[in-house]
Amino acid sequence: MRLRSVIAVFLAVAVVAFLVFGLLSKGNSRLALGATAPSPELPKLDEPGKGSLREYRGKWVLVNFWASWCVPCRDEAPTLTKFQGEHAGRNFTVVGIDTQDISDDGAKFAKEYGIDYPLLHDGNGEVGHEFGTTGVPENYLLEPSGKLAWAEYGPVDAKILEEHVAPLLPPKGKEA
Amino acid sequence: MALAVLAALAALILPTAASAASALRTELNEIESEVMCPVCGTLLELAESPQATREKAFVEKLVKQGQSKEEIKEALVAQYGDAVLAEPKGSGFSLSAYVVPIVAFALAVVLLALAVWKWRKAAGSREDRRPEVEGPSDEDRERLDADLARYDL
Repeated sequence: MRLRSVIAVFLAVAVVAFLVFGLLSKGNSRLALGATAPSPELPKLDEPGKGSLREYRGKWVLVNFWASWCVPCRDEAPTLTKFQGEHAGRNFTVVGIDTQDISDDGAKFAKEYGIDYPLLHDGNGEVGHEFGTTGVPENYLLEPSGKLAWAEYGPVDAKILEEHVAPLLPPKGKEA
Repeated sequence: MALAVLAALAALILPTAASAASALRTELNEIESEVMCPVCGTLLELAESPQATREKAFVEKLVKQGQSKEEIKEALVAQYGDAVLAEPKGSGFSLSAYVVPIVAFALAVVLLALAVWKWRKAAGSREDRRPEVEGPSDEDRERLDADLARYDL
């Protein structure tokens, strides 16, 4: 009887642990507004070395998840480049994260579309997973503290950026 | 004459080119059946997404460069991480994919053996506790004999 109880408890614990592990490993909950964005080191896409979103703390950062194979990203890239050019003086930068993509393809794409903002390479999609992305493109605006201020779970155009991102940025020359 | 020479050359070159293309296709198919399309979560050979198309082009480029299967897999891991491999590596955390089923099987066998041993032991003790069956008494035996004699069986 005692052995049977031990086996039953062992099996129950194993099943519960298995379910919890499944939930934790497969759970892809989106980064909540106000939550601090993950910022692990990633290889830079267009130059040697590594970079991290942490390096941009103190600035407003629009994190753009994209990939060279993503069709909507082709329309979005020029819009983001233009927005970056217009608002870079407002303590702001776009950071592109090329996700689940061949780095050469990503670099070629960046050159083709004249992307001049910082680019990181998230080959296995781990950072995208930590943000809770479900595809590309997706956009996340981070406050200077690194907390999520706004998100668009899809492509952005000039209208969306002017309506939702531009009003949050400080005037030119002012910090924070 | 010139035509005959051209025909002879074509006869030599075309089968070689065909067999090279066939070998390339075989190697591509082999690699595509051993790696994943990370975005689709399926084997690359079954995937048709834009990401899979780029991944297939990447593999094809490396095959044409003459890289071995292992080198190509390493290049894919460098791009997409370990998750691109259909079969986990036999080292580090990935090793658990091989070890856990073996340990689970061994544990199941031990638990089953313990359960059978316990069951047999319980069955044995039940045998021991069973009261001895006594035969019929002399009186019953006499009555039985009398009844049997009466019916003349």
